[in-house]
Parts: sequence; C-alpha cells; structure tokens
Amino acid sequence: MKDRYDVIVVGAGPGGSITAKTCAEGGLDVLLIEKRQEIGDPVRCAEGVGKDALLKHIEPDNKWIAAEVKGSMLIAPDGTEIKMSEDASSNMKVGYVLERKIFDRTLAQKAAMAGAEVMVKTRATGLLRSNGMVTGINAMYMGETHEIKADIVIGADGIESKVGRWGGIDTSLKPGDIETGVQFLVSNIDPGEYNKFYLGEKYAPGGYQWIFPKGEHTANVGLGILGSKSGNVRAISLLHRFLEINMPQAKIVEMVVGGVPVSGPIKQTVTNGLILVGDAARQSDPLTGGGITNAMDAGKMAGEVCIKAKERGDYSVKTLKEYEDGWRATIGKEISRSLKVKNLFIRLSDEQLNQLAHSLDGVDARTMELPKFLAVLFRKNPKLLWELRSLY
Amino acid sequence: MVVEVNRFKCGYCGACVGVCPVGALELMETWIEVDDSCTRCGVCAKICPVGALEVKKK
Repeated sequence: MKDRYDVIVVGAGPGGSITAKTCAEGGLDVLLIEKRQEIGDPVRCAEGVGKDALLKHIEPDNKWIAAEVKGSMLIAPDGTEIKMSEDASSNMKVGYVLERKIFDRTLAQKAAMAGAEVMVKTRATGLLRSNGMVTGINAMYMGETHEIKADIVIGADGIESKVGRWGGIDTSLKPGDIETGVQFLVSNIDPGEYNKFYLGEKYAPGGYQWIFPKGEHTANVGLGILGSKSGNVRAISLLHRFLEINMPQAKIVEMVVGGVPVSGPIKQTVTNGLILVGDAARQSDPLTGGGITNAMDAGKMAGEVCIKAKERGDYSVKTLKEYEDGWRATIGKEISRSLKVKNLFIRLSDEQLNQLAHSLDGVDARTMELPKFLAVLFRKNPKLLWELRSLY
Repeated sequence: MVVEVNRFKCGYCGACVGVCPVGALELMETWIEVDDSCTRCGVCAKICPVGALEVKKK
C-alpha cells in the first residue's frame, strides 16, 4: 500500500471492481479495498442475472455460473403461473444464476490484472478533506490505521454504505425503502428451469418469495419483505413456513441474509472528489431487487468519468456530475419506472394480484421482457393500474 | 449501549446500518457496532431479517 493513489475504491463487489478495472485500464493508479478478508463472502444475494446485461461486461465462465435458466415464472397467490422473459425462437437460456463468491473474486482479479492494487481486510473509517474536496480516506488494516490520499474516492460500500454519509450525502433508507430478506441454499429438490417468483401477502408482504435454480437438486430459496412490513413478522419465519408447507423435503445447506435498497434514485451521488456506485448509490431495481448489472454499468461510467477528471485535472462536482447525468439517463430511467410500479404493487391485495394474473388468460407472455409484460398488463387492467398511465 | 445485537442470531448483512437515520451503526467484518449517537428509534430492530436486534429501555 502506498500513501497516495489517483482513485481509491471502497468495496470490492461488482460495482467497485468494475470501477477499479475501468480506471486501471485507463492508466490510473487505483487502490481497491475490501473490509472482509474474503471477497464475495458472505453472499447477500439471490444471484439471478440476465445474460444480455451481464455479458456487456464479462465473458461467461463456468467457474461462476451455477445454473442457466430458461426464463421467469410468476406465481400469483392462487397458484396461477405465468411464464415470461423466454427466448422462444432459439430456445436459448436467457439468465444465469451466479456463484457470487467466485464471480465477485473473479471481477476483483480482473481489476488487479488491469493494474489495480487490491487490499482485503481493509476498512475505510472516514474521509480526508481539504478545501471542500474529499482527498482520501482513513483506513484500518489488521487493526492499524492509515491515511491514504486520492484525487477521487469511490463509495461502492453497499447497503451499509458510510462513504456517502461521511461525504455529506444522505443515503439512509426508510423502512419502506428496503427489502429485508433471508435465503436458504437448499438441496434435495427439483429446481426446475425457471426463476420462480411467488407474489402476494401470503408469501412475502411488500416483496416476493423466490426459487432460483442453483444446479442439480439445488436452489436458492428466499424471500424479501418490505422493511415497513417487518417487525411483527420476520423474513426468516416466513421463509421457514414456506419451506415447511411447500418444500418439506428440502435440506438447508447454507443461509444468506441481506437488505436490498428499493428507494429508487437518490438525489445526489457525487460530491467534490467523491462518487457513489451500486447499492451505496441505491441503484438496485426497486421492483425486482436486482442490482448486479446496474452496479456494473454504473461502475463502468464512474471509471470513465475518473479518467476524464484526471485528464482535466478537475475532481470537483463540475466533472464528476457527468457520472451523475450518465447513470440517470440510462439505468436511472428504468429504476424510476420500477419505483412507480413497485409503489403500486405493494398496495395490491392478493385478490387483486390474482385478478391481474387471470387477465392474462390467453395471452402468451413467454417471450415478453418485463417492460413489455407490464405494458400488456396495463392495457388489460387500466382501472386497477391507472396510477401507471404515465408509463404506458 | 442502547441497541443490543444478539451475535448468535446476527447474519452481519448490514441492513440495519443502511436504515439507521443517524449513522450510529457500523458493520465490521462479522459484527455490528453501535455508537453513542443512537437515538433508540428502533428502525434497525424493526427491519432486521432475523430479529437479532433489540432496543434496550436504558
């Protein structure tokens, strides 16, 4: 470790590693720190990801692909099944279920191979500042504190992000802005070929329950509930109940817990000398909870803006705002749409969800991606979904 | 300390840190620390997926 870098990236998840890799490839001197001793572990993710969105960033590798899925299956409270997001023409598998422990480490390795320095078991404990600029971090490695300077600090420090708060950006989530989840990796089951989403209060109030295939006889079975609905019920007790009723033969071989931001875009993700990326910037999708590829897209944009900033010698908001504008114009649009849909869906009763499912009788949704699917759903149910009229 | 974390339940996921309105919580590697700025609002305890946090009455 040196005492100065062009860029310090706090957090070696997908967003942080892509930022570090992009910066390093552009010739910047980069430090990527991870507070855990193992990158990618413990997992806090259901690990499902769309192929197209992922393959913009990385070549597929069986080391980190646990399973491939044909599409998604929505299950209404009364059991009505709707298949979607398939590629019916070629019968290609459209999604991966990842092995995040390997995937995240692979991305960090790619950042390292591009020239970034990587430090694990290293935690940021505060920001250095000078003349209204963030100028580096205080870090702790193996109990020893260090001051490390940088022109730009990237906060890619996840749901529990502190970097933004230290920089004066309020990233705190209200109970209605977070999905609180538990997942078991289970064995001794038939995982099927689809990512399954069980909707309704009976499964997961304000969220959904999922089964994602993870390979032979194995799946990620989990659920997330809206934080505002948590307290009297807990995600973990609902999940135990689901398993007892629906998968009594399942054997639990791993447990995962975690929170997913569903606040939608926050007001500010840059300040002088500071950029937030991924869950730290609350860039996960409020409807699906998916955050991997959004974080990677944002990381790429952040890295590119860091390179520009270095060329100009300007690390102020004036240059860094190009990142802010960039992500809002791309992933931000989808996140905003998803927020509107989520805000309506969390208020629907199980009966109304059943009604929506039945409205698709005779509709072949199999090849529809989510935006198209929602548009069709709106056309069939204008009254119930009237609130979404500006979107469709 | 006004929020007690049951380490035997806690899965150190950091969800509680994300919702703390005053930034009183911190996720170290495998445990949560609570500092003096805690206002005992209880949001962390409410949203914990496994119910590992409890607000103490002082």
